[in-house]
Amino acid sequence: MDIQIRNIHKQFAGFPALDDVSLAVGSGELIALLGPSGSGKTTLLRIIAGLEFPDRGQILFGGEDMSRRAVRERNIGFVFQHYALFKHMTVLDNIAFGLTVRRRALRPAPAAIRAKALELLELVQLGGLEQRYPHQLSGGQKQRVALARALAIDPRVLLLDEPFGALDAKVRKDLRRWLRELHQQTGYTTVFVTHDQEEALELADRVVIMNRGRIEQVGTVDDVYETPRTPFVFDFLGDSNVLDAEVRGRELRLPGAGEALVTDSIHPAGPVDLYVRPGDLRLAEPGRAGIDVRVTEVQRTGPIVRASADLVANGSVVSIELPHLHHDAPAFRVGAQLRLRMMQFSVYPAARGSQTGPTQTPAREREPGQRGRG
Amino acid sequence: MNQATDHSLLDPPQLPFEPLLQRNAVVTEQPWVRWLLTAAALVFLGFFLLLPLVGVFTEALRHGLGVYWQALTDSDALDAVRLTLLVAAIAVPLNLVFGVAAAWAIAKFEFRGKTLLTTLIDLPFSVSPVVAGLIYVLLFGAQGWFGPWLIAHDLQIIFAVPGIVLATVFVTFPFIARELIPLMQEQGNDDEMAALSLGANGWQCFRYVTLPNIKWGLLYGVLLCNARAMGEFGAVSVVSGHIRGETNTMPLHVEILYNEYNFAAAFAVASLLAGLALVTLVLKSILEARHGGELSTSRRH
Amino acid sequence: MRSVVAPPAAGRPRSALPGFGLSLGFAITYLSLIVLIPLAGVFTKAAGLGWDGLWQVLGEPRVLSALKLSFGTAFVAACVNAVFGTLVAWVFVRYEFPGKRLFDATIDLPFALPTAVAGIALTALYAGNGWIGQWLEPAGIKIAFTPLGIVVALTFVGLPFVVRTLEPVLRDAEKELEEAAASLGATRWQTVTRVILPAVLPALVTGFALAFARGVGEYGSVIFIAGNLPQVSEIAPLLIIIKLEELNYGGAAAVAVAMLVISFTLLLAINTLQAWSNRHRQRSRAAPALPHPVLQGEGS
Repeated sequence: MDIQIRNIHKQFAGFPALDDVSLAVGSGELIALLGPSGSGKTTLLRIIAGLEFPDRGQILFGGEDMSRRAVRERNIGFVFQHYALFKHMTVLDNIAFGLTVRRRALRPAPAAIRAKALELLELVQLGGLEQRYPHQLSGGQKQRVALARALAIDPRVLLLDEPFGALDAKVRKDLRRWLRELHQQTGYTTVFVTHDQEEALELADRVVIMNRGRIEQVGTVDDVYETPRTPFVFDFLGDSNVLDAEVRGRELRLPGAGEALVTDSIHPAGPVDLYVRPGDLRLAEPGRAGIDVRVTEVQRTGPIVRASADLVANGSVVSIELPHLHHDAPAFRVGAQLRLRMMQFSVYPAARGSQTGPTQTPAREREPGQRGRG
Repeated sequence: MNQATDHSLLDPPQLPFEPLLQRNAVVTEQPWVRWLLTAAALVFLGFFLLLPLVGVFTEALRHGLGVYWQALTDSDALDAVRLTLLVAAIAVPLNLVFGVAAAWAIAKFEFRGKTLLTTLIDLPFSVSPVVAGLIYVLLFGAQGWFGPWLIAHDLQIIFAVPGIVLATVFVTFPFIARELIPLMQEQGNDDEMAALSLGANGWQCFRYVTLPNIKWGLLYGVLLCNARAMGEFGAVSVVSGHIRGETNTMPLHVEILYNEYNFAAAFAVASLLAGLALVTLVLKSILEARHGGELSTSRRH
Repeated sequence: MRSVVAPPAAGRPRSALPGFGLSLGFAITYLSLIVLIPLAGVFTKAAGLGWDGLWQVLGEPRVLSALKLSFGTAFVAACVNAVFGTLVAWVFVRYEFPGKRLFDATIDLPFALPTAVAGIALTALYAGNGWIGQWLEPAGIKIAFTPLGIVVALTFVGLPFVVRTLEPVLRDAEKELEEAAASLGATRWQTVTRVILPAVLPALVTGFALAFARGVGEYGSVIFIAGNLPQVSEIAPLLIIIKLEELNYGGAAAVAVAMLVISFTLLLAINTLQAWSNRHRQRSRAAPALPHPVLQGEGS
C-alpha cells in the first residue's frame, strides 16, 4: 500500500508545525522521518495515522483519500513512543484488542483471535509471555508487544513513533536489526520517526530529513550522505567544518589561499560557504598540492587521530580526523606547517560573512550543493 | 594501634531517593526538636479531631446499649436513614455521570474557556451550603420564580424530596470531576489513541481502555461524594422543612433530637453518621495505600 | 458510531478522539442547570431590591455584625490552621513515629464527618460540663456559646485543607536545596525559614484560602456551639435562614450576595497574588538545561 502526502499544512497556536509538506512512500518501503526536536516529523506521522488532522492537504493510501477518515477507519498500525500498552490487560489481551473490538460481523471467533495473537507473539519472539502484564516486561519486550498489537489488525501501513527512543543503546541495536528483518519478512509499508541519524541511515530504504516543518531532502542513505542538498542536511548527518570561500569567474577559492579548489564551478560569482567533514580532510607535506595550514592540536583517540589546524591564509580553524594508519605526514605534530587536502566537500550560497554576494535564500530553493574533489 | 580503617566502606550506601528521614543529619532537626514538634502535632490532632469522635460514641452509649438501640430503631430514625440513602442513591450517580463527562471533555481535548469551566466546576465548594439551599428556595419556593407554576400543577420541590436531592447534588457537585480531571490529564491520550488506531469505536475505547485506567480514581471520588451527600446538613436544612418521617435526613434528625434535649438519641443517630465517616476514611486509606499509583498525584501517599 | 467523519467544526481543532461535543455539551448543560442559573437567581433577587434596598439590608446592625463575625472567625480559624496545619504537615512528611498511618487517616476526619455531628460533639466537649469545658471554665475561659466556640468549630473544619495542600509540596521539596543551604553554612533554622518556607508559601496561602472560604460559609458545625445570640454569636448563614423563615426572600438574597461577593473577591485576590508570585518565581529561575530528547519526547 503506497502513501501519498500532498501539500500538508498544520499550525499549532500560530506556530507552523508543517509547512507545505509533500511526500510519496512506495508500497513495501521502509522510510525514516529524520529531524531534530520540533522539526514536525512526529506531527507528520500522526497526521498520516489520523491522530491529528492537517489544516490543509491530503493523505492518500493506495490512491484512496484518507484525509477525512477517522483513525479507526484508516486501518493503520501505530506504535507509540512509550508503547501505550493497556496496563490492565495481559500481553495476549493487548495483542488481541484490535480484533476483539471489531464489529461482530467482522470479528474472528475467540479461538481464532487467540491463535492469531499467539502467532504474532511468536513472530516478535515473545512466545510464552502471553499471560504477563505490561509492568512485568522489559522495555524491549514492551516494544515488541506494541508492534505485535499493531500488526494484529493487518494494517495497511505501519507507523512507528521513535520506536527505540526509550530503550538503552544495546537493546536498541538488537531491535533495529530485528525490525529490519521483520520488515523484510512481512513487507509492510513502514514509516518511522527518529531523531537519531545513525538509526535512520542503518534501517531505512529512504530517509526524509525534516527541519522546521519542511522537508529538506528525501533520498536513499547514499543520496543524503553523499549529496546533501542543504547546509542543514550536511550538518545534521555528521560533523562539519564550515569555511568561507569565494567563486570568482569559474574558480572556487579560499580567501588568501593561492590555489583554486575547483576550476569549473557552477556557482554564480560571490561568496559561498564550503562544508567539509573532518574525515574528508588529509594532511600532506609542504610543497605538495593543497592549502597551507599550521597544526595546533593532535589527539589520538583509539583508531582515529583528531587534529586541529589553522589556515595560514586567514586563520580559520578546521578539525581533521585521520585514520591512524595515515602515515604520509611524517612531520605530523603540533606547530608543523603542512598542506591540507579536501577529498570531498559541498558548497552552498553564503549564509554569513560578507553580504556582497547573493543573499541567503530558503534552503529548499537552493540548488544542490556542488561536489568537488581536491 | 588499630589498623587504618577505610571509612568509605563504613558509610551506609547513599540511595538516590533516600526519604527525608532522621538519618541524614544535614536535612533534619535535632532529636529533641523532632520529638517536641511531633508531640505538639499529635496533641493538637488529638484534641481537635480524635476527642470529638470519641465523644460522639461515649455520649451515644452513656445511657447503655438499650437506650442506644431504641433510639436507632425509632420509626422516625429509620425513616431518616431511608431518606438519606435514597438521596445519596440519586445524587451520587448524577454527579458521577457529570464528573466523567466533564473530565473527558476537559482532560482529553483543548478548547477555549477550559480554565473557566474548571473554575466554575469548583464553584459549589466556595458557596456556603446555606446559600446552596437558598438558591433553590428562590427558584422553587412558594414565593419563588417557579412557585406559582409549581403550585398550579400540584408539584412540590421545596420542603420535599426533590429539593433535598437538588441541594445535595449542588454541594457534592465537584467531587468526582475534581478527582478525574487531574488523573485523566496525567494519563494523556496515548492509550485512547492506541485503541482507536486498532479499530475500537468511541464507546469501546472508553469502556475497555479509559474506564479501567480511571476506576480507582472514580471510586475515590464516589466515596468522598457519598460521604458528603449523606452527611450534608446546611443546604438540606434550608430546603427540607424538617417534616418528621418525610423530609428528615439523618443529619437533620440529629438536630431535631438535639434541640429537644434528647441528647442520647441525638448522639446515637450521630454515631451512625460517625461510623459512616470512619468507614469512608478506612476505605479511602486502603485506596491510597493499594492503588495510590492510579489516583491523581495529589492523592498519592 | 462513525464518529468524526464530518469536516472540522469552525473554531476548534479537530481531534481524533470522539465524544467532545457530547461530553462538553452535557457538562455545560448540567453545570448551568444545577449551579449557574440558580446562583444567578440569587443575584437577580438581590438586584431586585435596588441599591437602596440592598444597602438598607446590609446596613442593619444585626446583618453587619453577622457578616463581621463570619469573616472574622473564619479568618482567625484559618490563621490557627495555617500555623498548626503547617506543623502537622511538617511532622507527617518529615518524621517517622508509631501510629503515623492511623493519625494520617484521621486528618481527613473533618472532610468525612457530617458537620452536624461535629457540631454536637464539639459542643458536648466544650460546654461547661464537657470533657474540655470543665477544665477551662474555672479558669475563666468560656468557649461554647461564644465567638471562641465558632473559631474552634471552624478550626476543626478547615484543618485538612491546609495539611493536604501543604503535604505534597513539602514532600516534593528538593533535598538538594536543603543540603546546599547547609553546605553554605546555614543553620537548620535558617534553612527552614529561608529556603523551605518560601518554597511552600504559595501552597500555604492556597490552603489558608480554602480553609477561610470553607469557614465563612460553614453552618452545621457552628450553629450548635455558637449560641446564636443576635449581634454576638449569630453567623451570617444562620441569618439567611432566619430571613427565609420570615419569608424575607430579598433580605436573605442580599446577605447571601454580600457573602458570595466578599468571598469571591478574596479568593480572586489570592489567586492573582499567587499567579503573580509564580510568574515572578519562574522568571527569576535560571533557564533549565534542555532535557535529553529521548526523555522529553518530541515537541513537534
